[in-house]
Amino acid sequence: MPPELRTRYLGLELRSPLVASAGPHTGDLDTLARLEDAGAGAVVLPSLFEEQIEREELATHGVLEAGAGTFAEAPGGWFPHVQDYNTGPDRYLTLLEQARERLAIPVIASLNATTSGGWVRYARLLQQAGADALELNVYRVEAGADRTGRDVEAEVLELVGDVRASIDIPLAVKLSPYWSALGSFAPAVVDAGADGLVLFNRFMQPDLDLDTLTVAPRASLSGPDDVRLPLRWIALLHGRVRASLAASGGVHDAGAAAKLLLAGADVVMATSAVLREGAGWFAAAEAGLLAWMAEREYESVGQLRGSVSHRTAEDPRAFERANYVRTLKSWAAPLPGNRS
Amino acid sequence: MPDVACLDGNEAVARVAHALSEVIAIYPITPASPMGELADAWSAAGRTNRWGAVPEVVQLQSEAGAAGTLHGATQKGVLATTFTASQGLLLMLPDMFKIAGELSPAVIHVAARAVATHALSIFGDHSDVMAARTTGFALLSSSSVQEAHDLALVAHAATLRSRVPFLHFMDGFRTSHQVDRIDLLGDDDLDALVRTDDLLAHRARGLDPNRPVLRGTAQDPDVFFQSREAANPYYDAVPGIVAGLLDELARRTGRRYGLVDYHGAPDAERVLVLMGSAAGAARETVDELVRRGERVGMLTVRLYRPFPTEALLAALPATVRSIAVMDRTKEPGAVGEPLYTDVVAALAEGIAAGTATLTGLPRIVGARYGLASKELTPALLKGLLDELDAPAPRRHVTVGIVDDVTHLSVAPDPSFRVPRARLQAVLYGLGSDGTVGAARSSVRIAAERTGGWAQGYFVYDSKKSGSVTASHLRVDDEPILSTYLVDEADVIACHQLTLLDRIDVLGRAAPGATVLLASPHPAGELWERLPDHVQARLVELDANLWCVDAHAIARDVGIPGRINTVMQPCFLVLAGLLDPAEAVAAVRESIEQEYGKRGRTIVERNVAAAERALAALARVEPGPARPAPRPVRIPEDAPDFVRRVTARVMAGEGDLLPVSAFPVDGTFPTGTARWEKRAIAAELPVWDPELCIDCGKCAIVCPHAAIRMKVYEPAALDGAPEGFQSKPFRSRDVEGHLLTIQVAPDDCTGCGVCVDVCPARSKEAVRHKALDMAPAGEHRDVQRAGFDFFLGIPEIDRTLLARDTVKGSQVLEPLFEFSGACAGCGETPYLKLLTQLFGDRIVVANATGCSSIYGGNLPTTPWSANAEGRGPAWSNSLFEDNAEFGLGLRLGLEARREEAVRRLQALAGRAGADRVAAILAAVDDDGEAAIAAQRERVAELKAWLATQGDDGARLLAAVADDLVRSSIWIVGGDGWAYDIGFGGLDHVLGSGRDVNVLVLDTEVYSNTGGQASKATPRGAVAKFAASGKAATKKDLGAIARAYGNVYVAQVALGASDIQTVKALLEADAWPGPSLVIAYSTCIAHGIDMATSMSHQKDAVRCGYWPLYRFRPSDDPDAQPFQLDSRPPSMPVADFALQEGRFSMLARSDPERARHLLELAQADIDERWRYYEQEAGLVRQAPAAVPVEIEQR
Repeated sequence: MPPELRTRYLGLELRSPLVASAGPHTGDLDTLARLEDAGAGAVVLPSLFEEQIEREELATHGVLEAGAGTFAEAPGGWFPHVQDYNTGPDRYLTLLEQARERLAIPVIASLNATTSGGWVRYARLLQQAGADALELNVYRVEAGADRTGRDVEAEVLELVGDVRASIDIPLAVKLSPYWSALGSFAPAVVDAGADGLVLFNRFMQPDLDLDTLTVAPRASLSGPDDVRLPLRWIALLHGRVRASLAASGGVHDAGAAAKLLLAGADVVMATSAVLREGAGWFAAAEAGLLAWMAEREYESVGQLRGSVSHRTAEDPRAFERANYVRTLKSWAAPLPGNRS
Repeated sequence: MPDVACLDGNEAVARVAHALSEVIAIYPITPASPMGELADAWSAAGRTNRWGAVPEVVQLQSEAGAAGTLHGATQKGVLATTFTASQGLLLMLPDMFKIAGELSPAVIHVAARAVATHALSIFGDHSDVMAARTTGFALLSSSSVQEAHDLALVAHAATLRSRVPFLHFMDGFRTSHQVDRIDLLGDDDLDALVRTDDLLAHRARGLDPNRPVLRGTAQDPDVFFQSREAANPYYDAVPGIVAGLLDELARRTGRRYGLVDYHGAPDAERVLVLMGSAAGAARETVDELVRRGERVGMLTVRLYRPFPTEALLAALPATVRSIAVMDRTKEPGAVGEPLYTDVVAALAEGIAAGTATLTGLPRIVGARYGLASKELTPALLKGLLDELDAPAPRRHVTVGIVDDVTHLSVAPDPSFRVPRARLQAVLYGLGSDGTVGAARSSVRIAAERTGGWAQGYFVYDSKKSGSVTASHLRVDDEPILSTYLVDEADVIACHQLTLLDRIDVLGRAAPGATVLLASPHPAGELWERLPDHVQARLVELDANLWCVDAHAIARDVGIPGRINTVMQPCFLVLAGLLDPAEAVAAVRESIEQEYGKRGRTIVERNVAAAERALAALARVEPGPARPAPRPVRIPEDAPDFVRRVTARVMAGEGDLLPVSAFPVDGTFPTGTARWEKRAIAAELPVWDPELCIDCGKCAIVCPHAAIRMKVYEPAALDGAPEGFQSKPFRSRDVEGHLLTIQVAPDDCTGCGVCVDVCPARSKEAVRHKALDMAPAGEHRDVQRAGFDFFLGIPEIDRTLLARDTVKGSQVLEPLFEFSGACAGCGETPYLKLLTQLFGDRIVVANATGCSSIYGGNLPTTPWSANAEGRGPAWSNSLFEDNAEFGLGLRLGLEARREEAVRRLQALAGRAGADRVAAILAAVDDDGEAAIAAQRERVAELKAWLATQGDDGARLLAAVADDLVRSSIWIVGGDGWAYDIGFGGLDHVLGSGRDVNVLVLDTEVYSNTGGQASKATPRGAVAKFAASGKAATKKDLGAIARAYGNVYVAQVALGASDIQTVKALLEADAWPGPSLVIAYSTCIAHGIDMATSMSHQKDAVRCGYWPLYRFRPSDDPDAQPFQLDSRPPSMPVADFALQEGRFSMLARSDPERARHLLELAQADIDERWRYYEQEAGLVRQAPAAVPVEIEQR
């Protein structure tokens, strides 16, 4: 008997803890089907960005209005008026409906809104379109001097509460690692209504183009070492919050998945590795995970989950500051160049 | 109760035409284009006709093509229609004779428009339909939007019943673009009038190999005539058939029309006879005069061909003693205009035969009126009726102008007034602020919410940037007949405070008018900030003044600049149409309808604007005012013609100019745009000489020649005003010179293209460049003084700097400046560059299109001359014939040169052999120094010739300037070059003659509003291609290269300015035909026009627009084709999806967009593969035919 991979996430039954996290590839229906075929336990659609919707609507409006009412030979402007401009969330909702229809595994919608009304309005629409669960992608860059961390936390908790009150489907909240006291904030998010936490989101960081001297934002994929950030926090939070935990960031092979499950993750989400290797990554990772579990004679994911968490590890402090100390010790050998 | 809608004439007609057609052949032409656009959009959306099929809407390469397709479709026995106007109708004439000769049912709907003569005009008159009156088509005239809707049905039904094809026309703009409340025809009305049996008969006549026939034979003198007469019974039947259909329509709808309709006193002595929208104003005039007891009447002709003689004779009261027959056309040299001669003949025939109620021929006056939408008001019509009352009325008069040359005009009766609508209003705005949209919406709201009748008519100036719009609105409890502009407005709204300075905003206000201003100033401060003449006029009117800071609200809610939804509720309330709550609710509903499809964000922001508007509306208490005239804005040193004529047209007083003010042949001075200081830029580029690297890129890209580069000796700085900047000029050619980059602050549109391309950045803060945009208000005065001084600095000697560099070309004086093209226009920089390189020695043949409008639409022209008086000589012939027109100019030039050479040789003995030899040796010399030297020789020759008195000397003097090399440039857009003018272009390129062709390729019919052409790329959305163009773009350059002796270059100024400069120089120098295809960004691309130039880099980078030059050579080993851009290095989708024309499809139909973009990528890959092979090919140009053989 191969080890049992089934797991529960947000109250949903998943055939595998390996989940396709939000990315450009999960916006394509055929790719979603391939991910399912390759063994993904669930899929998370790309985030519906309220800001993006607004920009698209304003851009469409701008194009249609450019020059309209200006010139006698083109009083209606320079573009044809069509039946449906397909702005707003319609395309996303269509994708969600089609995915829900075509896939047997849970389809999780993701949302990033910018206005308080937006979070609730779009959450309802996503529920109506058939999402099995909703992931709130809470990501913000608080650069203003007039807002404190406490203000920001309060706002997030309020929006989680508002969304929770407006929908019935399970609700996950995807957080960044940059909260000042995640140990207390994470349970607060759960108390506000989250059924699960996704640790962590990875957002675009600005870059500079040395030729043009312009800011050139670009997405960068994670590397295998990145897994250690979610590993730490999954381990620290496992058993401390009454919610599912999803690990995201740096999951590049079965080994990383196994580590995160050991630390306490209910599911392990992969994006960068899939973008690099294709949907087949899931099959390979699943095979690797099963092989590792079989070798260690684990019977199920449930058995190993959280077995090396902060609560259960042999040396729990290793997840905290001691880790730093030990790391330094490991470099006790002379540095290159000092050997003589 | 019928359905009611507020529509313009175009939509009213198109609804019927689409519902009753199976094939619709279209081609864009103002003012008929919207009918084709609507038909295309409806079919794209799957709307079906009355038989359940989606009409096939097909765009052709010209109206001639559309007519051919119409002909073919009718010959196959299907229901076909087309829409056109003006030159378009003229191109259809040959097919119209055929269609009619074959008794083929078909309908052409025409928005009647002036035919180009001494000038083009897009505006309405009957010169086009009158040119079609001999074709054999029946001509049916509509006088109003309602009639256009109804008679469109009658036309479609009548052609099927009678077999005679119908041309149904309405007046361009006044009816085609006027928004009226109308009662809609029901589907049952359409079904009732269009009989199935008639359709089946048409089907049965269709060409079918199962029932073969021969149609379209050639006939000899023995039978042609009789065959032609054989159709007579069908024409004889038409009046009866139309009358029957009109009766049927009346029974169903209650709207009764006759073939002709008499209205007025039953015992009228004076009668107006007319067609078209003039009927509205005429009816108002007649009604008022009858009310005053005068015996006047009017007769409206609806069926003009076949002419309804009997109906006309029967309709005229027996008491009539004088008639004015009004023609909206001019037929120079005729006895009278067409309707006049028809009426005269009909009366003469009827009276002679005794079939008329009249016993004697009344006095008949032919009255020409309304050419190109010239206003026709009750005061003018009263003047005409007064003329009829004169003891000896003139036989031919004009109405609406002051003719002080041939003295034909009748004087209006300015005191005459007719009852006017319950509410009249004029709303002034800038094109970009949404004023017209708000006005259209208010017409709908007024009609729908008040249950009354409403009318909207919209007037635009001829500019595409900073254009001023005036929306004329009427609301009444009765149908509105007034077919002229509002002249006594109860409400005036001015959506831009700056317009108070530019135009006479209060000129049309009635005493006691309510005036609403969009003002950034609080109500308490506004009065003090108003110009003196505005204060004085407000006091004189005893106006109620209100203001709202609409721009602040629009900014706050996130729709900066779009103030329509702020102004609209204010207008509805101040006009007394709705109470505040209703007004906001109505505007909210209108926003939902108008913008709902575009997304919630748009709706919510506009609703927020509307909801905040009324709270910000404030009454302004008038303060003291002193009488002040409107300031004159033309400087005293302007040329006489500019002061006398141009300035009046600019001031909106063109209607007041008499006939004698104008040139008799349409010839106008150039260099007039510089006098039209519009000051429309909100921001201006400000120069930092410390950072500037002298590259000239800002100047070369400026679409408006508003940023200039001058190099001069330091002494020229004497007397420079404070703030005038300069820097040492870096050059190997000239030393010790200074450079100034100067903005023309009143001519700049603030597009920002110069700043976008400026490569010189501060090391300390990269945001700061050698050019930065800054608020105009802070810099205008300094820059104004600077520009005045700059103009006075002498131009650099053209021979000093190499002109084949960007910098070298940009220190040359542009002779194309300050056009009214769109801000950021991608076309105009090429024209400006052309004039910098050789503007003092070119003749330009300009195809109709954007470039002929910003180039030649009065009041001013950007084409200008240098200090020596030399500059481009420019002319626009037509849209379709431009290459041939340019060839004619070339042949003319060659004939003059040959004449000059021959006469010079003949005078060699007297003129001096050395002088003659020197001149003859240099007739083909090119280059600045050589041309300057030859000009000097020719000037000396002319001076000598002036001392000789014989004809030989005089004839040589007339053509002596042609001994200096000059060239012909044929300029036009892609609609001309790829479509309507392609046949001619191909022929001219094939002629081997030395002409230069510049195609400003915007990949769309830009001027008529963005319809697809064969230059439109695959996957782009355009009008006539609402679902994305499926076919790939035509490779015009490849066709031209096939000749082997045509110089061909494909350029994109924003991607490689130096390649563009070289291409233009090479094209001009090549002694055979040259073709330069120039990528021209356009607002129809849906891009931020501030990046108009930098965006072109991506077009080239992805291979969408490869740069190349094909240089024919006599060398048998030549490789003429040179690729000037690198292989594609980015996917076309990355370029395309930055543009609205592609991204709109990506949103509206992602699957189709993806498919088309994949095909577009394949096109690009394959084309590059092909071009790379071509670049390696060896080819010798075909030898030119020796002159002596050519001449034999």
